[in-house]
Amino acid sequence: MRVRFVLTVLALAAAPASADTPGSVQARNNTADGAKVYKQICAACHMPNAMGSGGGVIPALAKNKKLANPAYPIGVLTKGKGAMPAMSEILKPAQIAAVLTFVRTSFGNNYPKPVTEADVKAAK
Amino acid sequence: MSEIATPSRRQLLTLIGRMGGAAAMYQAMTALGHAAETQFDGPPVLSGAKPGASVVVLGAGLAGMVAAYELEKAGYAVKILEFQDRPGGRNYSLRGGDTFTESDGTVQKVQFAPGNYINPGPWRIPHHHKCVLHYCRQFGVALEPFIQLNHNGFIHASDAFGGKPVRYKEAAVDFKGHTSELLAKALNSGSLDQSVTGEDKERLLEALRGWGVLDDKMAYTSSVRVSSQRGYDRAPGGGVDGAPTPSQIASLSDVLAPQVWTAMSFYFNYVMQTTMFQPVGGMDMIGKAFASRVGKSITYNAKVTKVAQNGKGVTVSYKDVPSGKTSSVSADWCVCTIPLSIISQVEMQVSPKMAAALKAVPYSGHIKMGMEFKRRFWEEDDNIYGGHSFTDQAIGQLSYPNDRMFSQGPAVLLGAFTSGAGAFELAGMTPQERIEAALTQGEIFHPQYRKEFLNGVSVPWTRVPWILGCVSHWSEEGRAEHYQDLVAIDGRIAMAGEHASYYGGWMEGSMLSGLDAISRIHKRSLEA
Repeated sequence: MRVRFVLTVLALAAAPASADTPGSVQARNNTADGAKVYKQICAACHMPNAMGSGGGVIPALAKNKKLANPAYPIGVLTKGKGAMPAMSEILKPAQIAAVLTFVRTSFGNNYPKPVTEADVKAAK
Repeated sequence: MSEIATPSRRQLLTLIGRMGGAAAMYQAMTALGHAAETQFDGPPVLSGAKPGASVVVLGAGLAGMVAAYELEKAGYAVKILEFQDRPGGRNYSLRGGDTFTESDGTVQKVQFAPGNYINPGPWRIPHHHKCVLHYCRQFGVALEPFIQLNHNGFIHASDAFGGKPVRYKEAAVDFKGHTSELLAKALNSGSLDQSVTGEDKERLLEALRGWGVLDDKMAYTSSVRVSSQRGYDRAPGGGVDGAPTPSQIASLSDVLAPQVWTAMSFYFNYVMQTTMFQPVGGMDMIGKAFASRVGKSITYNAKVTKVAQNGKGVTVSYKDVPSGKTSSVSADWCVCTIPLSIISQVEMQVSPKMAAALKAVPYSGHIKMGMEFKRRFWEEDDNIYGGHSFTDQAIGQLSYPNDRMFSQGPAVLLGAFTSGAGAFELAGMTPQERIEAALTQGEIFHPQYRKEFLNGVSVPWTRVPWILGCVSHWSEEGRAEHYQDLVAIDGRIAMAGEHASYYGGWMEGSMLSGLDAISRIHKRSLEA
């Protein structure tokens, strides 16, 4: 039942289309494993090694000092920034918290304090 | 013999416009069945450019090339700077022998047989996108039907129909039947008597009976009559054994899978309605047709590094990518069509309002995959000729080739077209992993998939180096706050492209914005 409800929400977000969009509804990615969320969502643009691309047009997340204060990346993920869309339509707060905790402790970043679901919810 | 001069429709409308203003003209156009479908009423008639007046156009996509084409016709000196080594921008096609290099340097070599291609960017043209169609007609770009709604395509939802794909016609007819039965029940129970008159209640019940193919008890049940819409277990034949046998309808619960009504609703979209078109031989035929007319003005491999302006004109600095040599070009005006995802990171001498607008638009990240197979099994085995099959898996949908039906030999279908989470997931993989995922997911529709597979190519737009995204995706709030600042001429610079239109992601939007930008520049230029 839960899965069906989630799918309905996504479908409402998907239609009607004004752009040239696919005609399908997608099953939601429900993983709360930060490394998996990174691989399945973030790596598309920030790359698997978190080095970004386009000569800095898509910024590297590796060794990124802007991650020190979690408020900044939480804001980027929930509201979007520049050409980057907000991720709140496809990721739940718990998933955003998990992936931020992962990124902040990976790729040469060392900010061990976990980001919590409550942190993400509080930012909205 | 005398000829009576009757005004053309256009002359008549111009006359009405002069006498009664725009509102009167719009009313007249509507009365003549001429308006509402499009804002395009022919290319702008620009004439009398000031001697020596010049425009630099950034980007040789459709917005830039249509702008250059009409400006040159009007007498402007035009130069186009293009980052890539080819014209067209997102209007392009990949064929055997082409390579596609992702932003991390990963190279895919396309291995399709001669004549096969995919259109990684735009791929279908609505019948009301009259600006695109106008130039296709004028330039002799051959068009053929793009099969949009195919009742025999599949719908797949992991949590419905036992996870098995069903034909669109089965799901759509069952959805229509079950909902008609429920509405009829509600009407007959009297629970809608407050909302509908007695006469309309009877008419609606009659409509539901016919529309929903309900039986004499106003129930939606399996029958030969219902099968005449959703298809049979055994189709009608000839002779002694010709009688058909009905198919079994699916349950209400199954057809309430969002995939069903989303697909049905999808085809109602204004931009998705039949008839749609595609150029014969690949979408890049349009870009090539423009390039054959404005190509001599294009400087390729030019990476714009800075756009400066003063009261008199614009100076654009650029780097020749292969040599690294920097140059600049100056002109009276600039039409900038570089995607916002890129230009927002280039040094631009524009007002704070436009600078803010350049950074205000998110880009979606679609992915497309072209998969070549040994034969057209979707036609030969599954009776699918063009159109789509939809799934809730990451690949989103399959789309079948609209050209050369019934031909022998290898053919290419679109093995993935998706945005959002599915597109990110596929984009994050290596090209080999994407192929494997597309085979596993596509196999659900077509068990022949692996056996017939030859090769494939994937184009994840988030990793296309010259855009790092696919199309602009304005939010309503973003548009309210920034759109007018984006499209207003800023000193000597005007923005154009699909992002500067209300037809985001469509060639029509790119071209209409290009034409609008140069119309305003022309006016300013004559006033200056």
